[in-house]
Amino acid sequence: MKKTFELDELDCANCGAKMENAIKKIEGVNDCSVSFLTQKLTLDADDARFDEILKQAVKVCRKIEPDCEIIVK
Amino acid sequence: MKRKQKKVLCRIIISAVLLVAARIFAPEEGWFLPLIYAVPYLVIGYDVIKKAVVNIAHGQVFDENFLMMIATIGAFATGEYTEAAAVMLFYQIGELFQSVAVGRSRKSISELMDIRPDYANIERDGTLCTVDPEEIAVGDEIIIKAGEKIPLDGVVTEGESSVDTSALTGESLPRTVREGDDVISGCINRSGLLRVKVTKPFGESTVSKILDLVENSASKKARTENFITRFARYYTPAVVLAAVALAVIPPIFAGGWLNWLHRALIFLVISCPCALVISVPLSFFGGIGGAGRQGILVKGGSYLETLARSETVVFDKTGTLTKGVFNVTAVHPEMIDEQKLTELAAYAESSSTHPIARSIMDACNTEIDRRRISSCEEISGRGIKAVIDGSEVCVGSDKLMDSIGVKWHPCHHIGTTVHVAVNGEYAGHIVISDEIKETSPAAVKALKAAGVTKTVMLTGDSRPVGEDVARRLGISEVYAELLPAGKVEKVEELLSRKSEKGALVFVGDGINDAPVLSRADIGIAMGAMGSDAAIEAADIVLMDDDPAKIAKAVSISRRTLRIVYENIVFALGVKLLVLLLGALGIANMWAAVFADVGVSVIAILNAMRALRQK
Repeated sequence: MKKTFELDELDCANCGAKMENAIKKIEGVNDCSVSFLTQKLTLDADDARFDEILKQAVKVCRKIEPDCEIIVK
Repeated sequence: MKRKQKKVLCRIIISAVLLVAARIFAPEEGWFLPLIYAVPYLVIGYDVIKKAVVNIAHGQVFDENFLMMIATIGAFATGEYTEAAAVMLFYQIGELFQSVAVGRSRKSISELMDIRPDYANIERDGTLCTVDPEEIAVGDEIIIKAGEKIPLDGVVTEGESSVDTSALTGESLPRTVREGDDVISGCINRSGLLRVKVTKPFGESTVSKILDLVENSASKKARTENFITRFARYYTPAVVLAAVALAVIPPIFAGGWLNWLHRALIFLVISCPCALVISVPLSFFGGIGGAGRQGILVKGGSYLETLARSETVVFDKTGTLTKGVFNVTAVHPEMIDEQKLTELAAYAESSSTHPIARSIMDACNTEIDRRRISSCEEISGRGIKAVIDGSEVCVGSDKLMDSIGVKWHPCHHIGTTVHVAVNGEYAGHIVISDEIKETSPAAVKALKAAGVTKTVMLTGDSRPVGEDVARRLGISEVYAELLPAGKVEKVEELLSRKSEKGALVFVGDGINDAPVLSRADIGIAMGAMGSDAAIEAADIVLMDDDPAKIAKAVSISRRTLRIVYENIVFALGVKLLVLLLGALGIANMWAAVFADVGVSVIAILNAMRALRQK
C-alpha cells in the first residue's frame, strides 16, 4: 500500500534526507520518499502491517527531527 | 513570514544589538568578558544548543546543530568571543533567509498550480447551494457563474461562454463553449452562465488528476538528487574527521595548538551539506513548476534529467503530428452508388470510436438504425466485419481485404483508403485524409535545432500516406502499416540502435499508445487529459495538442539541468576553496559562515531561475 502524509515543520533538507534513509530501513517498508519541497512523506509498505510501520516511522521522525511531525489522518 | 520565523527575526535583532553594545562598551580585557558575550550568544543560539543536545541523546552525531555548537564553543574556548557570537548570529540569519526563500519558492510553485476548485454550485429544491465538489455525483447538473472555476468535468447543457484554459494548457486564447461541448475542470468561466452536466466524479476529474500528478512529482527523485543526498552522508563525517586531524596532527610537529584548533573549527562550520541537499531538488521543482506553467506536466525530476539527453524522438502520426480529424475526401464506388457505399461503411463503423469511423459517419449524415446491424466484430488494426441487412459487410484496410480474399485496387488519392466488400465482392473504397497540425513542421525543426539527431514517425496508416506526411514535415524515418504491437517492436529496435547516453522519446496521443509510452525512455502523451491509460503510462503529459511543446520541454529540461550543475559546482567549489584556505590559515570563520549559509542562499536563488522558463 502506498500512502502520502503531510509533514509539519520540516525545516531542513538534510533532515528530510536522513528521515527518508531511516524510514527505508524499517522492516516491511518497500519504499519511502520525503520531499522537503512539498513537505510530504510517501510511504510504501506491507499492507498487513501498515499501521504498525507507520507508527515506527513517526517514532523515527521524532528522533531525527524533533520539530517535525508526520500528520496522520 | 511565519510566526516561527518572526520569532527568530526578533532574536536576531536583540542579539545583534547586544553584540554591538558589548563591542562598544565592554573593556578589552577581563575575566568577565566571556560572560558578557555569552548573553547575545545564548539569545541567538540557545535553540541550536538545545537541539544539539537532544539529537546527541538520539545518537545523531553529525548533526548540523551539534557542529555549530562545537565550532562556536570552541571559538569561546580559544578566546574569540565576538567571533563565536557573531558566527552563531550569521548562521541564524542565513538559516532564516533560507527558510523564507524556500517558503516563497514553494508558494510560487504551488500558486502556478492553483487550479483546485473550492466549491460547486448546485440547484437543490429550487435554490442554489454551494457545496464541496466532492459531494457532486455523476449526472448532477452544476451551475458555473462568470468568473468561477469549473469544478468538475462535464458537458454543457445550457449557456454559452468563453473559457480560460490557461492554467491547464498555458494557452492564453480563451475557448468558446456552447451547448453540447465538453468542459474540463480547472478552467475559468470568463463570461456567461453555464449549466454543466457532470460526467466524472471529483476524484477522477482532470483537476484532481493533475494535482495528484504534480504533488507526486517530487517523490520521483532524479539521479542527481539521489547522488547529492548520498554524497552528503559522506561529506559531513569526512569534513569532521578532517577537522579532528587538523586539530591534532600538525600541532604535534609544529606546535601552536590554539591556532590549529581554530582552523579546525572553521572546518566544522563548513561541514553542513544543506546548500547542496536543498538546491538540487529545488531546481528540479522549479523546472517542473516552470514547465507546468506552459502546459507541460512532468511527472518527476528524473524525467527532466532523461529528457535533457534526448537523441531520438519517435512520433505517432495520427493525433500527434496530424490533427486526428479525418475528412472523407473521395468516395469511389463500384457496382453500387456513392450514397449506398458511404451508408454501408457508416453502419459497419457505427460502434467504433476510431477517428476514421467518426469521419465516415459524419460523411454519411443519416441517423443510424441499429436494428439493421445483426452482428459486428472489430479486427484490431485492420477493420470491421459486420452483418447489415443480412449481408456480410467488411470495411477496412488492404490487409483485411487480402485476409478475406477480396481483390481490391489502390486509389490514386493520397490518404487513408477504406475498402468495402459486400458478401465477398469488392464494392469500392472511401478515401479519408487527415490534416497536418500547423505547428508540426516547426516543432520537428525546433527539435532538430535542439540537438535531436533522429526523428522517426510510426503509423498504422498506409505507406504512401506516412511517407507523404514525413516528407512534408522533414522527418527522416517512417515506419508505416504498423499494428499496435508492431509499434512496440519498432521502438525496441530503435532503442537498441541509439547510443548509450542518448534517450529515446516517444510522443503519442495516448489512445492506444500506452505500451509504447511506457517502453520508451521518456513517454510523452499529448492532449491526453481524456485518456487515463496514457496519463498512467506517460512520463510527461502535454495539456494541449501542440507538438511545439516537445521542443520546449526539451529546452526546459536542459536549462534546469544546467542550473542543477551550476549549483553543485558552485556550492562544492566554494566549500572546498574555503576548506583549503581555512586549512592554510587564510580564511577565517566569517568566510566559513558564508561558505555554509551564504552559498545555500545563492544556490536557492539560482534554483528559482528554473521556475521562470520562457
